Amino acid sequence: MFEYAPAPESRSVVDIKPSYGLFVDGAFVDPASGGSFKSVNPASEEVLAEIAEAGADDVDRAVRAARTAYEKVWGPMPGRDRAKYLFRIARLIQERSRELAVLESLDNGKPIKESRDVDLPLVAAHFFYYAGWADKLPHAGFGPDPKPLGVAAQVIPWNFPLLMLAWKIAPALAAGNTVVLKPAETTPLTALLFAEICQQADLPAGVVNIVTGAGDTGRALVEHPGVDKVAFTGSTEVGRAIARSVAGTRKKLTLELGGKAANIVFDDAPIDQAVEGIVNGIFFNQGHVCCAGSRLLVQESVADRVLESLKRRMAQLRVGDPLDKNTDIGAINSAEQLTRIRELSDAGSAEGAERWSPPCELPERGFWFAPTIFTGVTQAHRIAREEIFGPVLSVLTFRTPAEAVEKANNTPYGLSAGIWTDKGSRILWLADRLRAGVVWANTFNKFDPTSPFGGYKESGYGREGGRHGLEGYLNV
Amino acid sequence: MSERVAVRKTYKLFIGGKFPRSESGRSYLVQSANVSLASRKDARDAVVAARAAVKGWAGATAYNRGQILYRVAEMLEGRREQFVALGVPADEVDAAIDRWVWYAGWSDKLSQVYGGANPVAGPYFNLSAPEPTGVVAVAAPEEPALLGLVSVIAPAIVTGNTVVVAASPAAPLAAVTLAEVLATSDLPGGVVNILTGRLTETVPTLAAHMDVNAIDLTGVADAELAADLEIKAAENLKRVLRPAPADHDWYADPGITRMTTLLETKTVWHPKGV
Amino acid sequence: MRTIRGMTATTTSARSDLSELGRSETALRTFLHGLPGVDQVGAEQRAAQLGTRSIKTTAKAEAIDLAIRMVDLTTLEGADTPGKVRALAAKALRPDPADPSCPHVGAVCVYPSMVPYVAEVLRGSGVHLASVATAFPSGQAPLEIKLADVRAAVEAGADEIDMVINRGAFLSGRYAEVYDEIVATKEACGDAHLKVILETGELATYDNVRRASWLAMLAGGDFIKTSTGKVPVAATLPVTLVMLEAVRDFRAATGRQVGVKPAGGIKTTKDAIKYLVMVNETVGADWLSPDWFRFGASSLLNDLLMQRTKLTTGVYAGPDYFTLD
Repeated sequence: MFEYAPAPESRSVVDIKPSYGLFVDGAFVDPASGGSFKSVNPASEEVLAEIAEAGADDVDRAVRAARTAYEKVWGPMPGRDRAKYLFRIARLIQERSRELAVLESLDNGKPIKESRDVDLPLVAAHFFYYAGWADKLPHAGFGPDPKPLGVAAQVIPWNFPLLMLAWKIAPALAAGNTVVLKPAETTPLTALLFAEICQQADLPAGVVNIVTGAGDTGRALVEHPGVDKVAFTGSTEVGRAIARSVAGTRKKLTLELGGKAANIVFDDAPIDQAVEGIVNGIFFNQGHVCCAGSRLLVQESVADRVLESLKRRMAQLRVGDPLDKNTDIGAINSAEQLTRIRELSDAGSAEGAERWSPPCELPERGFWFAPTIFTGVTQAHRIAREEIFGPVLSVLTFRTPAEAVEKANNTPYGLSAGIWTDKGSRILWLADRLRAGVVWANTFNKFDPTSPFGGYKESGYGREGGRHGLEGYLNV
Repeated sequence: MSERVAVRKTYKLFIGGKFPRSESGRSYLVQSANVSLASRKDARDAVVAARAAVKGWAGATAYNRGQILYRVAEMLEGRREQFVALGVPADEVDAAIDRWVWYAGWSDKLSQVYGGANPVAGPYFNLSAPEPTGVVAVAAPEEPALLGLVSVIAPAIVTGNTVVVAASPAAPLAAVTLAEVLATSDLPGGVVNILTGRLTETVPTLAAHMDVNAIDLTGVADAELAADLEIKAAENLKRVLRPAPADHDWYADPGITRMTTLLETKTVWHPKGV
Repeated sequence: MRTIRGMTATTTSARSDLSELGRSETALRTFLHGLPGVDQVGAEQRAAQLGTRSIKTTAKAEAIDLAIRMVDLTTLEGADTPGKVRALAAKALRPDPADPSCPHVGAVCVYPSMVPYVAEVLRGSGVHLASVATAFPSGQAPLEIKLADVRAAVEAGADEIDMVINRGAFLSGRYAEVYDEIVATKEACGDAHLKVILETGELATYDNVRRASWLAMLAGGDFIKTSTGKVPVAATLPVTLVMLEAVRDFRAATGRQVGVKPAGGIKTTKDAIKYLVMVNETVGADWLSPDWFRFGASSLLNDLLMQRTKLTTGVYAGPDYFTLD
């Protein structure tokens, strides 16, 4: 047997400070209240740093700084100059990508090979893409003279901390807005390093402000009367609350929320690639992915074969130290999330679905969950309806294409879907009928700055990425 | 010789291509006529009719939808005098006819303007195209009664949505008469459903309805009511068009935002290989 | 770091009797065209992902020794002479004369006319003697001549025969003709192992690679091999991935294990380790042996030796310190 020796990425490439302030008006400042919280490495439960907690006063200060910067500097600035700042940021991210990748894996628990090969390249690409839009907005298809909205309040989740920051900040700045961004309380560190990059890029003070904190900070930010735009990525439950809170205001809202995507495998699929797609669909980033292919819909005639291959493939997944370059599945981001995954998985067992995980030793410290599949799942099971946001796959079967469509769409969500078949016309037929914002055919979990991303139904509204991503930040 | 006694019209609701009275049996006197006073149940029935019509209408070709919208313009042109007789200014009728023609032309163009190929950094075919969001609830503007109504219905349905419209409570006759135009324009039943009566009775039901995908609050003048409806709409994350400002110019170029707010963008990826 | 061991047990599928397929062109075609397709982009991405595994320290040392044992040390030149192949055979026995702990290679691979000279050197050593036959590399000769080629090589002492399939027949859909040739060649081999060269660089698609792999296995091949090394595209990671999937599925279906040999273009230790990772994670430990996986290579051996020396001494060696036979 070929046992891989540990291949740890060096932690010393990143210098984590013992404590971090808020990034307001171009400088790190202490919060008015003096409150703080700790950010923890989920793979070891070690405290990484003490983080300032922004209260309502701090949020107000940040929004005012963003307003001033919008009115005095960023708004009046020619698009070509805004573009240059964004290009500068893109380059700095590329130059410091190893440092950012290690920090992301430490704070989030995701495997280094993903932060290194997926998150960071996409982050830099996103800034690079939107930089180019800054001086071309009249050509974006929203009329001859689209205007920015003003100050954007942005709240992002913990699953792709820096990538979600890029999805929010790059289009906002390109369109001429200034931002106040709140990273998730369990993963604030790369956003704070990004703040340093803004300083390094000589980005004018107040254009980007980062306020750290939990739900209360986020609420203070989105409800602040001085913001013109709210962008949120996270749970449908919080998204709903935000939609209510902006009711009756002129704040423009975009929401990117939960999902329960169907990954549909037909009997004529390229099986080996489909199995890779299933694995990538649900185990990428520990399944902490809103567009994860968490419901496998497999045609009955090929179900046994697919499941056998899937189990064999799952046995190859390496769970463990996120900084080991050979790790496929890292740590669950928080104790709270682990509890939720456990609760829903237990519900799956209790409701009669059959649970399977490969033999898998989990580390003693930290938050871990073995890759898991449930077979014998029906539409009525909680694990087929509720977003688990973890490495847990529910397997259902179907007999005909029409039944596949019916089951795939039978959810309040509509973020993404997967189709695996060698028949081109069937792909197009299905793609037309699936109520989902992103349809991956014979592939899964692919992202690109030019490609719009966002959901139908309760998965939210608005699109991020591509030309479409500008719309949420313009007065059109 | 005595003067001929005119046959008066009963102004009813328009649901699923039919003209029922309100199931509540109520009517109200407005514009010198008894007009159906729609109930919450009527609103729910209208949603059922609108939902049933989605598959066929969204599945119709864009060319076909464009032709039908153009047919609406033709039929409206033929009934021009009828609207004038209802008190709609002639230039407003003309503008309403022209608006149908304008939107008719959008049916097979918006996907090209608003969608397209995305040059992703990899061996993939990647295409974004807009799709209708589904059932749209609409509070039509108080006035202009005809042009305002057409300006909220046409952008919603041209892309394949179906609508439940709460007509202007103060001037519903234009809406009911427009329903007669729609009923004779090859528009499938249920694509447009028109409720007359009080906004406060029907629109909150529509805003809270979990099988409605979007809501257009254009005609809700009361800011507090509009906010409340937006809060209700959040329950299933309906797409929201907020109330129009009081000084909105209905004669100006409408732009595409009314259409795009009621659309979903679907992006499809596929590998390119041999 | 905790890891999961690969599952080594064969799957539970019912074994199928596929021996009748070769009797009919229609049956063969129906079967081969019914195999699942291969998505090019997906297969290449999987291969690339496996290539990002980081194999260090003890794992690397083990991998290098295993790779040395898997090398089919090859010379297939018009200029080959008895002296040249004898020297190569000597190197096969003791790749690093300075280090007796260095294992010998898997086999020496030469043209049939060179087999007797190599056989003298290798006799009793445990190093196999492979010979390309069947009008290598084009395969464009009458069947009887190809079979005579095989018999001659076996008689001269080859215990492994690397045959080429008739790509022209395969690409024009004459599957039974290819099948029958392999069956006949296998028969001519006697006790010698038969490696079937698919020449994947000429098959153009992964779908064809998968079909040709199954065809070769159905006809009795003991190994399937990517390439002759004589066309521009030789072994690649994704082609080898598709072939590994084929041998895996073939064993699950029939119970018979078939080996895989990528050949041509594998020049560095880094490349070789990528292949071993792929074997490990695609078919598992059962194939991690020279009996079931070989590298058809020549210059690879010296790079493996240099890396091996580096690991044991901590110092990077240079090509001057290794023999160039």
